[in-house]
Amino acid sequence: MAERCAVVGVGQTLLRSKRDDVSIPGLVREAAKAALADAGVGWDDIDAVVIGKAPDMFEGTMMPELSLAPALGAVGKPMFRVHTAGSVGGSTALVAAHLVAAGIHERVLTVAYEKQSDSDAMWALSVPQPFSAPLLAGAGGYFAPHIRAYMRRSGAPEHIGRIVAVKDRLNALKNPYAHLHLPDIDLKMVEESVMLWDPLRYLEACPSSDGAAAMVLASEGALGSPAFPPAWVHGMAMRSEPTMFAGRDQVSPRAGRECVADVFGQAGVTRPREQIDVAEVYVPFSWYEPMWLENLGFAEPGEGWKLTESGATAMDGDIPWNCSGGVLSSNPIGASGMLRFLEAAMQVRGQAGEHQIDGARLALGHAYGGGSQFFAMWVVGAAKP
Amino acid sequence: MSGAEAGTQPVTVLETPIHLDYVFTPGIAQSIFLRGLARGVFLGQRCPTCGKVYIPSRGSCPVDGVATDEVVELPDTGIVTTYCVVNVPFAGQAVEIPYTCAQVLLDGANISFMGLIQEVPADQVRMGMRVEAVWVPPDELGPSLASVKYFRPTGEPDALYESYEEYL
Ligand SMILES: [Zn+2]
Repeated sequence: MAERCAVVGVGQTLLRSKRDDVSIPGLVREAAKAALADAGVGWDDIDAVVIGKAPDMFEGTMMPELSLAPALGAVGKPMFRVHTAGSVGGSTALVAAHLVAAGIHERVLTVAYEKQSDSDAMWALSVPQPFSAPLLAGAGGYFAPHIRAYMRRSGAPEHIGRIVAVKDRLNALKNPYAHLHLPDIDLKMVEESVMLWDPLRYLEACPSSDGAAAMVLASEGALGSPAFPPAWVHGMAMRSEPTMFAGRDQVSPRAGRECVADVFGQAGVTRPREQIDVAEVYVPFSWYEPMWLENLGFAEPGEGWKLTESGATAMDGDIPWNCSGGVLSSNPIGASGMLRFLEAAMQVRGQAGEHQIDGARLALGHAYGGGSQFFAMWVVGAAKP
Repeated sequence: MSGAEAGTQPVTVLETPIHLDYVFTPGIAQSIFLRGLARGVFLGQRCPTCGKVYIPSRGSCPVDGVATDEVVELPDTGIVTTYCVVNVPFAGQAVEIPYTCAQVLLDGANISFMGLIQEVPADQVRMGMRVEAVWVPPDELGPSLASVKYFRPTGEPDALYESYEEYL
C-alpha cells in the first residue's frame, strides 16, 4: 500500500438487546464521539465518513446513511456507504483504510451499526421467493446444515460447539460493552438450552443486539496524539464468491482461504498460530470457530475442533480467539464485523482492559457475511510496518 | 402523554406493520424452471463447458461464465446432502415447526436446493438418504416451488458419503 494507515481511535456503544434510550442517529453518534475522543480529534479534523450496516430491509429504511450524515458530522464531506451483508463492518473499515492508504484522505471516520430492536432480521432473511421453498428460518437455518456437514467431514464430537459457546460467554464477562453477560454459563446449561436449528442449540447462537462501532483511521502524517499508540494496518483484503455454484465448498469457502492468504502475505505471516497473538473472528454460531480455524489456516483441514477442544483458543491458550466475547455475545449485525476489526486494534494498542492479552503485538480481525460469500480481514500490529 | 400519570407508561416504540405485494418477473432461464414446476417436472440447464447441471436453471454457469442453453429434465428422485431441523418460530412462517429443511441433490444435478422432508420423523433423517418429490395435485400446480409439497424417503439404501461429499 502506498501510505501507511493506522487506527488512532476506537469507539463502541454499549451493546444491548434494546437501546431504547437512543435513536439510530443517537446510536451511531455515540460510537463516533467515543472514537473521536479516543483519537483526540474533533469533527472538523475528519476528512470523510465511511459507513456500513446490514441490508436496509432489516430496519426498513432505504439508504439510511443520507439521514445519518448530520449525526456523523458528514454534511459537506465525502460520505460512502458499504454493503456486504454481515461482513459489512469489516468491509466498511477496509474501504476507509483504502482511502487513507491511497493518499486520498488523511483522517477518515468509519462507522457501522445495527438496531435490531427496530428491525425483524429473521423475517427479512426469510422472505418467500417463487424459486425457493419457504423454509429458510433466518441465518441459523442457513448455516446449521453446513455445520452438520462440517461435523460429518471432520468427525468432530458434538460437545465442541458447546465449548465455544461457554468460552466466548465467559470472555464476555470481561467486556463491559458485551450484550450477553451470563455468569453461570457452563456446558450443561448450553446442552440443556432449546434446540433451535438441530444441530444448533439456543445458546450456541448469537443474540440479537443494538449497537454501533466506530474508528478513526489516519495516515502516518496525521496520527495526532491519540490516547493509546496507533494500531498499524499490516495487511487487508476482501474476497467474495457466488453463493451457488457446482462443487462449491460451503464448509470452507475458497474466498475465505484466498482472502486470508492475501492478508497474511501482506503482513508476512506464514505460521499464523505462532505469529498472530490474538484473533477476533466472526463466529455467530459456535461451530464456526473450528470451521474458521481450518479455513484461516490456524489448523489443518479436519483438525480445527481439536484446537478448540485443547483450549488453545481460550484467553489463556496460545492463540486466543474472541477475547471480547465475540459475535456469540453481541450481534449488532452491521457493526459485528467492525467490532472484530476494532477489538483486534484494541489488543495491539493495549486498551482492551480485562480482556487484554498481555503484550499482544499482531492481531487478526475477520468478518464474513451472506451465505459465507463475503470475507473481509485485516492484520493490525503495534509496530510500524 | 405524561408517563408520570398513574398506570401509564410513555410510548417509546410504535409497531407499524406494512404490507407489500410484489410482481416477480423471472428471466428466461428462471422461467424455464418455473414453467417446469407448473407441469410437475424439474427442469435444469447444463453448462456447455464443464457439463454441470444447474437447477434451478440460471441461464449461465457461475464458474465458466458462459450461457447455459441446453435444458435438462431431471427425475423426481435424489438425496439429502445435509439438513437441519427448524424449531424456531418467526413472522410469516409457512410450515409448522418442527420441520426438516434439507439440501436436496436431484439425481443428475450438480447443485442442491432446499426442500422440506416429510413422512419420516425428524430424528430419522440422514445425510445421504434417498428421497423423492411429492407434488401437489395437478389442478394445484403452479410456477413456483410450492408445487412440490415435500420430499419423502424412497426406502432405498443411503448414498455413500463419497458420492456427495463434493456438494457439501
Ligand atoms: Zn460450467
